Amino acid sequence: MSTAARTSRLRELVRKPFFWGLVAIVALLALNVLKDPNYLAITVNPVNGNLVGNVIDIVRASAPILMIAVGMSLVIATGGIDLSVGSVMAVSGAVSMVFMKDAGQSGSLGVALAAIGLALVVSALLGAVNGVLVAYVGLQPFISTLIMMLAGRGIAKVITEGQNTSATNDPFRWIANGFLVGLPVVFLIAIAVVVVVGLVVRRSALGLMIEAIGINPKASRMAGIKPSGLLLTVYILSGVLAGIAGIMSVGTVMTVDVSRTGYQMELDAILAVVIGGTSLSGGKFSIGGAVVGALLIATLDKTVVFLGISSSATPAFKAIVIVVLCLLQSDRVRSWFVQRRKPPQAPAQAGPVEVQQKQEVTA
Amino acid sequence: MTAVQSPRVDAPAQASASSRFTSRVKRVVASNPSVLPTVAAIVIFIAMVVYGEIAYGRIVQYNTLSNLLINNAHLIILAVAMTFVILTGGIDLSVGSVIALSSVAGVMLANAGWNPWVVILVMILIGTVFGVASGILIQYFNVQPFIATLAMMFLGRGLASLLSTQPERLAEDSPIRWLGEQFKVIDGEKVNDVVVTPGVIIALVVVLVAFFVLHRTRTGRTVYAIGGSESSSALMGLAVPRTKVLVYVISGTLSGVAAVVYTSRLGIAQNITGIGWELDAIAAIVIGGTLLTGGYGYVLGSVVGALVLGLMNVLITRDGGIPPEMTTIITGGILLVFVLLQRAVTSKRHT
Repeated sequence: MSTAARTSRLRELVRKPFFWGLVAIVALLALNVLKDPNYLAITVNPVNGNLVGNVIDIVRASAPILMIAVGMSLVIATGGIDLSVGSVMAVSGAVSMVFMKDAGQSGSLGVALAAIGLALVVSALLGAVNGVLVAYVGLQPFISTLIMMLAGRGIAKVITEGQNTSATNDPFRWIANGFLVGLPVVFLIAIAVVVVVGLVVRRSALGLMIEAIGINPKASRMAGIKPSGLLLTVYILSGVLAGIAGIMSVGTVMTVDVSRTGYQMELDAILAVVIGGTSLSGGKFSIGGAVVGALLIATLDKTVVFLGISSSATPAFKAIVIVVLCLLQSDRVRSWFVQRRKPPQAPAQAGPVEVQQKQEVTA
Repeated sequence: MTAVQSPRVDAPAQASASSRFTSRVKRVVASNPSVLPTVAAIVIFIAMVVYGEIAYGRIVQYNTLSNLLINNAHLIILAVAMTFVILTGGIDLSVGSVIALSSVAGVMLANAGWNPWVVILVMILIGTVFGVASGILIQYFNVQPFIATLAMMFLGRGLASLLSTQPERLAEDSPIRWLGEQFKVIDGEKVNDVVVTPGVIIALVVVLVAFFVLHRTRTGRTVYAIGGSESSSALMGLAVPRTKVLVYVISGTLSGVAAVVYTSRLGIAQNITGIGWELDAIAAIVIGGTLLTGGYGYVLGSVVGALVLGLMNVLITRDGGIPPEMTTIITGGILLVFVLLQRAVTSKRHT
């Protein structure tokens, strides 16, 4: 009994949605500490009392990824996918920057709020277009959001007339670069949004309904759920969250670069969701997993740069993470471990392989 | 499938006898509504040519049309590659970044003094390796095609960036450039010549071979069958696992070929080459009438789709009044119209 119990407990641990994500974060941080023993040190800036350190940087960089990852995990739970988040980020950034540039008044809080409001409304609209195409017209989510991904970047370019647009507005800048009680404002906002979304979907039946659509749309309709309205809501939410992410990412430099802002962010979001253990076939989601995934991606981005590798090479490392995670999740690899009748060694065997591969590439 | 496809094959040959042709098209469309998007793509292409000729002039002439082929040869090859994958109900997002890796590696090897034939072979094999990797992940490890090829897309782009982040220029005297050299076939007045490049010929050969394989061989029928219903084709005893890996290998290999054609024409390779080309290829295929769910579609339709996209760029450049940033919006719009058309056609078939 004891071996069986131990086996099942170990299996459960390995199958915990975001277990491997946590392992990878720890491994990456350990790699950084190897290079610089003071990597994890967090100091307090004596002038303004803000926390300073690499970990704070990672946390700050993870904020936009967190936003889109949460939206994406809900969309994926319905059995869909939202490829347009990166483009929506660009549109949201473009709208807010162009609005603030035209409005002037660099100190005005009202202008900043209006810019944010306008950007979020436009993002919600783009999300609604996705939602209508998916829920009411019945297009595949993949193709309708692909169209929005193409068109969205075009819309952002039209809004800014193809130019990189800068604006100055102190309250807006504070959102991305400011600190509150020693922590970056972006991160606090991101956590607040995640907590609110998490509470709403998990403390009400909403989350269950979303998962029900992903498992079987027909059955969920027969059980009395209205899939169309829910799908529309989920895509609008994904759009709005992408809009927030766009504001965060243009706010750091107060410039929108229409071809770079949010570029390939949809892939980061999907990656975060996959790392979080959410199956892309839909039917379940884990907000906690998405958070772990977003943190892992931010850690990976920062680690690659910290190790002195060109940041444009990060995709290769992300690819290795995806492949390893997919392999670990696949039944065939699992059955290999089972056939060898060494289940207790499964985590021990798989862990070093993952790290080893990373080191091989970094070396 | 057989009965409906064979008239399509003959259709272009009948173009001269216009009344017989229209009745034939009507019959094909009536018996198999899924060719409607393909017919629509051909109509749109002709309409664009006519509109362009009337509005801007100098469209229906030798050099414009030859340039259309020369500039889109790589896109045609990609569209053919993607058609195989999409017919099985899969998707290959890695084509663009495979081209980036393959061309950067190829140019660097060529400049390092490697034999051009070996370089070309290596460029194509890089694509093959990526195709094999995605195929194995998808078939034997049950990874979704979308996510497996996404990983390959990341990997290709990242490796290309590791090789070089600067534009790599192919030496002016490199023999590989010969593939992009222009040959006059018909000498018209002034610059109005029919010109082809070896790259265009490669693209045409690829199209013909793909057409033959898809419509006249057992492998081709299996590809369609998998798209129709994977479990049924497995129960019928078709070689499903082998074919599923094969389509990704074909797609990867053809991406390598496209990289050779593109690099030889431009002479420059960069780690950001080919960003968004997977979307162009998907758009070309959707415009050409292939269902994204698999099972229905024509490789010649994909070629028409690629030419529609290419011609659209020509028209936008000619017009001059349309800001270039509108291009993606227009592509998106066209894509949307065609997907809706497919949707209307397929829902009619189901009821």
